[in-house]
Amino acid sequence: MSGKNARPRNRARESGNESLQIRKTYKLYVGGEFLRTESGRADAVESPRGAFLANISRGSRKDLREAVRKARAAQSGWASRSAYNRGQILYRMAEMMEGRVEGFEKLLRETRGSTAAAARREVRAAIDRLVHYAGWSDKFTALLGTVNPVASSYFDFSVPEPMGVVGIVAPNAPDLLGLVSHLAPVLVAGNSAVVLVSEKHPLASLELAEVLATSDLPGGVANLISGRRDELVPHLARHMDVQAIADAGGDSGLSKLLGEDAAVNVKRVRRYSVRDYASEDAQGLDFIEAFVEIKTTWHPIGV
Amino acid sequence: MATEIDERAERKAAVRRFEAERPRIEFGTAWEYSPAPESADIVRIEKRENLFIDGKFVPSRSGRVFETINPATEEVLSEVAEGGEADVDAAVRAAEDAHRKRWSRLRPAERGKYIYRIARLMQEKSRELAVLETLNGGKPIKESRDVDVPLAIAHFFYHAGWADKLEYAFPRHRVSSIGVCGQIVPWNFPLLMAAWKIAPALAAGNTVVLKPAETTPLTSLALARICQEADLPPGVVNIVPGAGETGAQLVNHPRVRKVAFTGSTEVGKLIQRAIAGSGKRLSLELGGKAANIVFEDAAIDQAVEGIVNGIYFNQGHVCCAGSRLLVQESVAEKVLEKLKLRIETLRVGDPMDKNTDVGAINSRMQLDKIRELVACGVEEGARLHQSSCALPTKGFFFPPTFFSEVAQSHRIAREEIFGPVLAVMTFRTPDEAVEKANNIPYGLSAGVWTDKGSKIFQITSRMRAGVVWANTFNKFDPASPFGGYKESGFGREGGMHGLRAYVELS
Repeated sequence: MSGKNARPRNRARESGNESLQIRKTYKLYVGGEFLRTESGRADAVESPRGAFLANISRGSRKDLREAVRKARAAQSGWASRSAYNRGQILYRMAEMMEGRVEGFEKLLRETRGSTAAAARREVRAAIDRLVHYAGWSDKFTALLGTVNPVASSYFDFSVPEPMGVVGIVAPNAPDLLGLVSHLAPVLVAGNSAVVLVSEKHPLASLELAEVLATSDLPGGVANLISGRRDELVPHLARHMDVQAIADAGGDSGLSKLLGEDAAVNVKRVRRYSVRDYASEDAQGLDFIEAFVEIKTTWHPIGV
Repeated sequence: MATEIDERAERKAAVRRFEAERPRIEFGTAWEYSPAPESADIVRIEKRENLFIDGKFVPSRSGRVFETINPATEEVLSEVAEGGEADVDAAVRAAEDAHRKRWSRLRPAERGKYIYRIARLMQEKSRELAVLETLNGGKPIKESRDVDVPLAIAHFFYHAGWADKLEYAFPRHRVSSIGVCGQIVPWNFPLLMAAWKIAPALAAGNTVVLKPAETTPLTSLALARICQEADLPPGVVNIVPGAGETGAQLVNHPRVRKVAFTGSTEVGKLIQRAIAGSGKRLSLELGGKAANIVFEDAAIDQAVEGIVNGIYFNQGHVCCAGSRLLVQESVAEKVLEKLKLRIETLRVGDPMDKNTDVGAINSRMQLDKIRELVACGVEEGARLHQSSCALPTKGFFFPPTFFSEVAQSHRIAREEIFGPVLAVMTFRTPDEAVEKANNIPYGLSAGVWTDKGSKIFQITSRMRAGVVWANTFNKFDPASPFGGYKESGFGREGGMHGLRAYVELS
């Protein structure tokens, strides 16, 4: 960007055979579409050294509302897919990520100043995480469900069901792995998601939208909103059609406000402070269990 | 097409003729019952009941007391010490000490043995507990005797066995207790709700401070006596009666690590807001407005019994009551006709009479609320049907009631009445039934009546509710997780899932 490095591309420009780099316009991902914010506002994203990287949409309350609407509309269809199918789609997400490894690594280097090795590790871990959760799709029900030996003539059983629309406040960093770590368990359980991506480093998350869009994930099941947390979190917390929130934002002041506002419709709030997202402790059944409801059904036994 | 309709009309007319000519058993006034009162002599209620803190019965620091009455007679049963800030603080500290020094250090199997002991002592005193529950709460003695008390005991038995098996419930985790649990229970099932709260908490190694409802403190205090008799270490269970203010002090006490609340959605939201950011754990079991869906292929007589059990059980003071009946249009007339006859046969009156089906409304306040909502139902244009039964002149009573011609938007179809009042609506297709059933902020329970197994599984799985009863209603068991979706709260009580609310996992 500075033009000082004598990279081949720049040389080409100097020599007159220029082929200008096509920059990407980073947009919101809502309802399976790439949209600019309705508010027309943009925020600049800079590298750790302060160089301009891109403009992103500064998502608004209306964008968030639209995302929830799309998420709501898509949720029951997603939940009624077979577990096998949901697993395949999560695995497909891993496949799509694999094909874009270099792009993601580059974004992590540019936006967070990650070393090449650290960027590679994070992208690999994110792919592995998707594969991990793909495999959970047809197993968690058996592990979280029970048959209950009641003292009367009923077949009584409890099964996990999706909560509905889950809001995710993704961690600022690691932006990509953190997002994938919270999104995948929410989706595999049959929920739809509205994600507030990393405020500080949103580019890799917005790039992930392209993975979501090409993985056979139905539009609206996962929606990504970029923008400012203090502006968006209260609206997410107060939205009456959001059933739960995964709060991994790491801002205790904002978390307290979120927790208070979440009471408007008795949202389930799970707060996360994950020390090491690359660790295997940052994945597993507990992350799924947090976003399922347990339904108990009593069925009579008789002739 | 036309002939098909004619044929159908003819068939319908034939069915109606048959129904009209069929000999009927006459209930109601034709059958006289002799009084069958249970004796109140078995219980001795102290003129003054105290708080139970650190293993001892003590008066409140402030000296404040409140009267507790029998809602069926309005007679004062006792004066009960009212817990204030200092009392709540003393109780929480006692619980904290007991947790740190005794209860969390005890071998889990030994903890279990204490809980078994409590269950056994309750069995020995079950008649006394049932009578006390009915005197203080107004529920029919046959329900206290056959439902509340046996289930409360079963909860202690069930959870006693979990004490040394927690690691099996949470594989790959180290399981530890949380600490002091502040628990607030309602007046509709006073002893049973205390059992639902205390038993899992103790099994998981926690200690508790429980606040019973203002109108029904007596059976919790009887349970405190049983804890004494069981030699439960002092401070493991503390009972602090009082009203909302006492509850707020308990919830906000900084040394309470977990809050468990059963009550209204309104108060539940206040609690959720109050403890946000405090790091306290929370489980909420809140209001409901359950849909009871009757399909045309259901066994109608059985369904009518289920409807009656769903809404008139415990005077409708049940958070999971089937307070909205959704009946398929083709059988609506028949179901309502049967329901009208059936509510005439419900015996309303003295809760201590063993024949009584519907007892006293728990308090004057609740009676006023029921009357207000019923008046509102009439005003909004729904059609009122009420049992013609005579009501006692003293005490708080309300006849079994239902409304037909109810619209989804009516207050009686949306608000929890918490009384013996049913709102009846109709539907044509299964999709419409599901849509109407789920179109409410609550999601505690639901009922589905049909003779077709595959339909049961499809409809129950589409209900956004935590407990769904197929061809039955209002069934409970300690092994069966209970709790709501949406604004009916979160967390489960009972079963393996219920334990999750009382353990710390690492």
